[in-house]
Amino acid sequence: MEFLISLWEALPYELQYLIWTMIKIVAIVLPMMLLVAYYTYAERKIIGYMQVRVGPNRVGPKGWLQPIADALKLMFKEIIIPANANKLLFLMAPAITLGPALAAWAVFPFDEKLVLADINAGLLYILALTSVGVYGVIIGGWASNSKYAFLGTMRSAAQIVAYEIAMGFALVGVLVAAGSLNLGEIIRAQEGGLFSWFWLPLLPLFAVYVISGVAETNRAPFDVAEGESEIVAGFHVEYSGMAFAVYFLAEYANMILISALTAVMFFGGWLSPFQGWPVLGPLFDWVPGFFWLVIKTGFFMFLFLWLRATFPRYRYDQIMRLGWKVFIPITIVWIAVVGLAVVYQVPWWFD
Amino acid sequence: MTLEKLIFYVLAAVVLAAAVMVVTRRNPVHSALFLILAFFASSGIWLLAEAEFLAIVLVLVYVGAVMVLFLFVLMMLDIDIAVLRAGFIKLLPLGIVMAIAMAAELILIVGPDNFGLEKYAAPARHAADYSNTEELGSVLYTVYMYPFEIAAVILLVAIIAAIGLTMRRRTDTKFIDPSKQVVIKKGDDRIRMVSMDAEKG
Repeated sequence: MEFLISLWEALPYELQYLIWTMIKIVAIVLPMMLLVAYYTYAERKIIGYMQVRVGPNRVGPKGWLQPIADALKLMFKEIIIPANANKLLFLMAPAITLGPALAAWAVFPFDEKLVLADINAGLLYILALTSVGVYGVIIGGWASNSKYAFLGTMRSAAQIVAYEIAMGFALVGVLVAAGSLNLGEIIRAQEGGLFSWFWLPLLPLFAVYVISGVAETNRAPFDVAEGESEIVAGFHVEYSGMAFAVYFLAEYANMILISALTAVMFFGGWLSPFQGWPVLGPLFDWVPGFFWLVIKTGFFMFLFLWLRATFPRYRYDQIMRLGWKVFIPITIVWIAVVGLAVVYQVPWWFD
Repeated sequence: MTLEKLIFYVLAAVVLAAAVMVVTRRNPVHSALFLILAFFASSGIWLLAEAEFLAIVLVLVYVGAVMVLFLFVLMMLDIDIAVLRAGFIKLLPLGIVMAIAMAAELILIVGPDNFGLEKYAAPARHAADYSNTEELGSVLYTVYMYPFEIAAVILLVAIIAAIGLTMRRRTDTKFIDPSKQVVIKKGDDRIRMVSMDAEKG
């Protein structure tokens, strides 16, 4: 042990820093992968119960080992590469989707001090990364050399570009209200209990953000990019085995990311809902901030599943109309309202 | 060589290599993808220069939006490469001359004679909490207010013009006005009862 410590101290500072950061990244990514695996299990169970079924219940007690079995199955399946497909791009595309979904967690504040990179432009960084994720879908669908995949790609690209604007504008409202691009600062700007979080003064932006988030992740009711009933499985129709599994992982990682970001932007991240309240405030003081963050994120993760079990798929022209003609005007109007509220220091939130 | 210099040269090499690939690839989609790589690498160079706002916005706007639309169009067009490349060898000497001329101009103007350390002192290094975004915003909305607003108006005019040029109303679509669809009432609006004779035979 002492030998190890001396070996560690002999390393140059830069290398120590690098290794330490690598360890932190693993500490974020590994639980994330596990969470994704059990999110798929939760999805099948919850939707099962909503539809008065039992859901997976064969592998392990109450189906607990189902995600592990699924992962093993996918690992041992053959990856079929279609004839005339662009091999390199075909295999690269799933990784391009997964990469940004994981990299965005670098600036995410898990607790007051717990953040990998506490940078000033955190919000911009997340916006930039989430906008890069679409390339996985575009390149994957194109490289497959298949008509269905290509149709899915075109739908997905148009949809993601449309909703990204609404999403970005909703976040502009948040940054105007918080006066900072740093995610930690955005949370600190919401201090003071349930009713001083941004969901109340920014209610329209909150609604737009959550719905756009569902559209961005290509989830039901906005899952025309997959559209099993029309274009088989959309952009990933040609993918099998691990290549498909990586797309799958990326979709769920993105859902978790959007849920966690909603909790941070509009629901005060790690803050307690009873902060500063007479009796309840001190009573819940001991609860760690991470716990609150998990509860809030969990709620929005549940919302994704709930929406999927509840709504039928949107028609394509309705999706486009909602994005361009409804959401973007709403966000623009509300950014102006928030701007005025901040300038004139409207009481309760901005004074 | 410091680590920063090393990173700079690696990124610069990636930009140049990607740029060469953009003009030499046979498949236009590959060219577009190499252009995206070039954008990423130049965004990295801007990050090195402590311009994090510009670096991230480059990725956000050009990679995240502009190139998506580029790819969108490129993938749907049936581009005949043979026609496009017909004059390649013939025009190559002219292209090389142009490239050398432009590189020479760049080196002459941006080179050490005009921008050397004697002319401009090396910019001071900022602390980690220095916000490039805030600085940029405060200059953009005060000193350069008018140029900024005028540029915005020009862009808006361009958007409106582009939409005006491409908007056509098709008479044969079965488009349903969503507001009419929403206000529909139970009963007569939804179904029409007809009485007809049962089919004979």
